[in-house]
Amino acid sequence: MLEIRNLHVELEDGGTPILKGVNLAVKGGEVHAIMGPNGSGKSTLSYVLSGRDGYVVTQGSATLDGADLLAMAPEERAAAGLFLAFQYPVEIPGVGNMTFLRTALNAQRKARGEAEVSAADFLKLVRAKAKALAIDAEMLRRPVNVGFSGGEKKRNEILQMAVLEPKLCILDETDSGLDVDAMKLVADGVNALRDAGRGFVVITHYQRLLDHIRPDIVHIMADGRIVRTGGPELALEVESNGYAGILAEVA
Amino acid sequence: MARPDARPDARHAAESRLAAAPAGGGAWLRAAREAARERLLAMGLPGRRDEYWRYTDPADLTSAEAPAAAPPRAADGAEPFAAAEPLRLVFVDGLFDPAASDPPELAGVQIERLAEAAPRDLHWARDLFGAIEARGQTPVPRPLAALNTALAADGLLLRVSGRAERPVALVRRQAAEGSDVMLHHCIRIEPGAELTLLESGPGGARTTDVLEVDVGDGGRFHHVRLQGRDHGGRVAAHLFARVGAAAQLRAFTLTADGPLTRNEAYVELAGAGGLAHLAGAALGDGAFHHDDTVVLRHIAPGCESRQVFKKVLKNGAAGVFQGKIHVLAQAQKTDGYQIAQALLLDEASQFLAKPELEIYADDVKCSHGSTVGAIDPVALYYLRSRGVPRARAEALLVQAFLAEAVDEIADPTLAEDIRARLEAWVARHSG
Ligand SMILES: Nc1ncnc2c1ncn2[C@@H]1O[C@H](COP(=O)(O)OP(=O)(O)O)[C@@H](O)[C@H]1O
Ligand SMILES: [Mg+2]
Repeated sequence: MLEIRNLHVELEDGGTPILKGVNLAVKGGEVHAIMGPNGSGKSTLSYVLSGRDGYVVTQGSATLDGADLLAMAPEERAAAGLFLAFQYPVEIPGVGNMTFLRTALNAQRKARGEAEVSAADFLKLVRAKAKALAIDAEMLRRPVNVGFSGGEKKRNEILQMAVLEPKLCILDETDSGLDVDAMKLVADGVNALRDAGRGFVVITHYQRLLDHIRPDIVHIMADGRIVRTGGPELALEVESNGYAGILAEVA
Repeated sequence: MARPDARPDARHAAESRLAAAPAGGGAWLRAAREAARERLLAMGLPGRRDEYWRYTDPADLTSAEAPAAAPPRAADGAEPFAAAEPLRLVFVDGLFDPAASDPPELAGVQIERLAEAAPRDLHWARDLFGAIEARGQTPVPRPLAALNTALAADGLLLRVSGRAERPVALVRRQAAEGSDVMLHHCIRIEPGAELTLLESGPGGARTTDVLEVDVGDGGRFHHVRLQGRDHGGRVAAHLFARVGAAAQLRAFTLTADGPLTRNEAYVELAGAGGLAHLAGAALGDGAFHHDDTVVLRHIAPGCESRQVFKKVLKNGAAGVFQGKIHVLAQAQKTDGYQIAQALLLDEASQFLAKPELEIYADDVKCSHGSTVGAIDPVALYYLRSRGVPRARAEALLVQAFLAEAVDEIADPTLAEDIRARLEAWVARHSG
């Protein structure tokens, strides 16, 4: 499903290299976890895949079901099935959460040649998904992420993911800043979406989240590369020993 | 008040424009017109060197002839404010068109035209016509308003004694390329009465208008004005208002396109507990110059004022805001707020702001702010990352920028009409 080959990325401003040859293959039905010290390039990878400005790909490729992601506009990547739950969800004063979600859903459907969802059907759909994430009507009425607590913002990201039903979901530190109950809600939201046709990349520092969302494969990223790949036991190793041991081994 | 030392050229220009003064007029009107004439001669017509005309060139507003402008193409979609089912009074090139208008009958509102009332000896508008305009000449001189008071031959005179059951719509249309329109309207809202006035236009190659409103104690006046779209008319529109105790004035203007629009407002909060909200949204692409010049004067204690002005500018469009909150010594417990913001969609466009506070009372809460910015690239990326195409995402952010101004429209039907127009403008001008 997602194929990243030898991806090299530098900053547009100044040319500092950030990603230095990332390789990653995610198949439908798989959950991959990416762990790694701060500054190793995890968020950069997710931004480059979703099409944020400010980065230059100097080498390598990234495809989703064979389509060249890097050649597409951000909205085309979304319509193709890519979704990024942001580490820092963006506040958009003046744009209502519901308007935003409905515009996004219908734009994606239109881009895929599907019929738009009616206002009534949309309302029903969102209410059901919001309820599961303990997002109340008041939060849905407010402008996108404005005045939301850290935990509310993260739950709102998962709500968007649940409504948009993407093929490949990238979660960038969705667990940071969440209390135990909120983490459980988020994990349940993710697990509800797990199926054979959908892949996940879960970026996290903590085993806690991975107790709820069981990964198939765990990667350790350091200095712009994936330096180790293993099974769920790799996350447990990080949990008890930190990154130092692993990094020393690969250095 | 009036500048006694008008430059000879400014005075001369005023004299030659005044030569067109209408003959006759009953006693009530003659005195007001004569006084306005004297005011104007003392000030002269505005020029680039005048303090409040530095950012806006008044040449096209002061010239002897109106610069020619083709009438706008027939507007698409519904007639403005149709959903509010107003009583429509239509002026074409400044001339009343009875055939196109509704019968001027509305319970609680006495509707007359200035041209009809002019010959009478006495009229209720005697205390109003030119009176608030005269007070509104300080601290910011408004010579074009005095010119209008001296020259305007027609306009609406509305006396509102109850709660008008429908809005009154002043519909302006342009037919001739060189029409030079000058209408003067007076509205008296008696204590506890209420009226919504809807205006659409501009309705002339050049329009120099004055609207004087006296909102009696506990009365309410709502004003929603639509200027545009796709028109070539030059506009100098003036709102002069007095707001009585516990009375409310809420005014909103949408300006879409137009080479030159100067919207002036002078509002005095004259009775305790009064409220005045003035808001504007201006949209310009290319040859567009839009100027809001506002004075909010707090005379009585415990009043609230809000000024919310937003402009969206692209392809070299220019926006100006000159706004003052003026709080007199006795106006304690004043709550004054002013925000003027521009969203520049490219680097060729510009916004000039001159926010002013002049406060003589010590127990007041006043804040003002002015910002200029571009579309937030992070918000744009976030929307696009969810599948919203670029143009649609930009449109959402432009509408979000304007929301604080549009939210000042209390009536949901009218607000919806304005939102739809904003959305359509943004869609037409995207990319
Ligand atoms: N837009 C940017 N401007 C400047 N530095 C950046 C930018 N994006 C990423 N970086 C730098 O790239 C490195 C990787 O950052 P990031 O991808 O956020 O790491 P992680 O998510 O693993 O903590 C860091 O050194 C960070 O400072
Ligand atoms: Mg990060």
